Amino acid sequence: MGTETSKGTKVFALTGDIRNTGLVEVPMGITLRELIFEVGGGMVNDTTFKAVQLGGPSGGCLTKAHLDVSVDYESLREKGAMMGSGGVIVMNDSKCMVNIAKFFLDFSVGESCGKCSPCRIGLKQMYDKMHSITTGQGKEGDVEELIQLGEAIKQLSLCGLGQSAPNPVLSTISYFREEYDAHIRERNCPTLECPDLLHFLIDTPKCIGCSLCAKKCPVSCINGSREEKYVIHQINCVKCGNCMMVCPVKAIDKIPGIHPDVIVAETRARELAENQD
Amino acid sequence: MFLDVCKKYTPTKDNLIYILHEIQDNHPQHYISEEAVQTVSKYLNVPVNHIYGVLTFYSMYSTKPRGKYIIRLCESPPCYIKGSDNILRRLKSLLHVNVGETTKDGLFTLELCACLGVCGNAPVMMVNDDVYGDLTEEKIVSIIDKLGEV
Repeated sequence: MGTETSKGTKVFALTGDIRNTGLVEVPMGITLRELIFEVGGGMVNDTTFKAVQLGGPSGGCLTKAHLDVSVDYESLREKGAMMGSGGVIVMNDSKCMVNIAKFFLDFSVGESCGKCSPCRIGLKQMYDKMHSITTGQGKEGDVEELIQLGEAIKQLSLCGLGQSAPNPVLSTISYFREEYDAHIRERNCPTLECPDLLHFLIDTPKCIGCSLCAKKCPVSCINGSREEKYVIHQINCVKCGNCMMVCPVKAIDKIPGIHPDVIVAETRARELAENQD
Repeated sequence: MFLDVCKKYTPTKDNLIYILHEIQDNHPQHYISEEAVQTVSKYLNVPVNHIYGVLTFYSMYSTKPRGKYIIRLCESPPCYIKGSDNILRRLKSLLHVNVGETTKDGLFTLELCACLGVCGNAPVMMVNDDVYGDLTEEKIVSIIDKLGEV
């Protein structure tokens, strides 16, 4: 059983947006498609498959194009992922790959022992860059710097942690570059996962003026009345989503991109700071 | 009272972890007080700073009083992908605490933890020794309400 170089079976912890989650033992050399759509029972609620993350925080993300890759040590490494811990996290199209990569990197930053500087300082630099991209502060050229940093950390780190920690970022950059570009150029998170790159808006014709959202707002940034309906003050909004959840008529929507009011406020604050210098 | 726990074990260094665990489990506020550390230090003949070294290294020990219910939300990747950050935000706003803090009524302490080994039911949290899986924001509200009633 298994392939020429990876013999026997392998136990995986299947989880994510699939029907059958839990531990599964499969023969080596099975394809990812079989693992996810037959053993895993396919995507939950018939959502669309987007990516699969293999091997925990040191592993990488693979996409639709890799569904027919055989699951064995060599094939996975070749594609930028790894067997690693045996964790298989399947994601549907509602997941933001930039945010996921940042999450995995956060884990590695915390785990770094600090003995060698590429890992200790390099990973923190990568994390800061990822953080600025997901909060709308990304600049043109950030992705190239991330690749450069990642490759250097992989080559120069002393142990396996640093040598594999940039994998989630590097693999998502190579397979989901357009998402990084949307975050940086359009300051927009296509999947509405990054709270700094979206805003909540009350659809005035739908609003019944019940005031539930205003009562649930932790920063009291929703004002209005039964007659005039309610409006969210965008600059103070902390994007908690409470209002959207309590609205009985579903009049509140998540809108991609930063609200123009916030951009105006940002520009004004920047000008003020420049004038003070 | 701390000495009674100590006396169940032979006074050798390797029993330190067991003694600390028992002291913490028996304390209504799930923590190890300075007084307890002093007692254990004398009993085992181990310096106090050594015991604090152990206490602060392991995340399961606390040197600060905690609530009656300790909520440990898993922050590992599978739970994160299934939305544990939304659950955390909900817990914070429900309990009016940040991670590591205890509610004013002394009922709940909110903590984060590594994988609880039930990734198939992600997102997962533990309240004292009970595991709650497949969490949703609605489910969180009912769990907290139920625990808060008693």
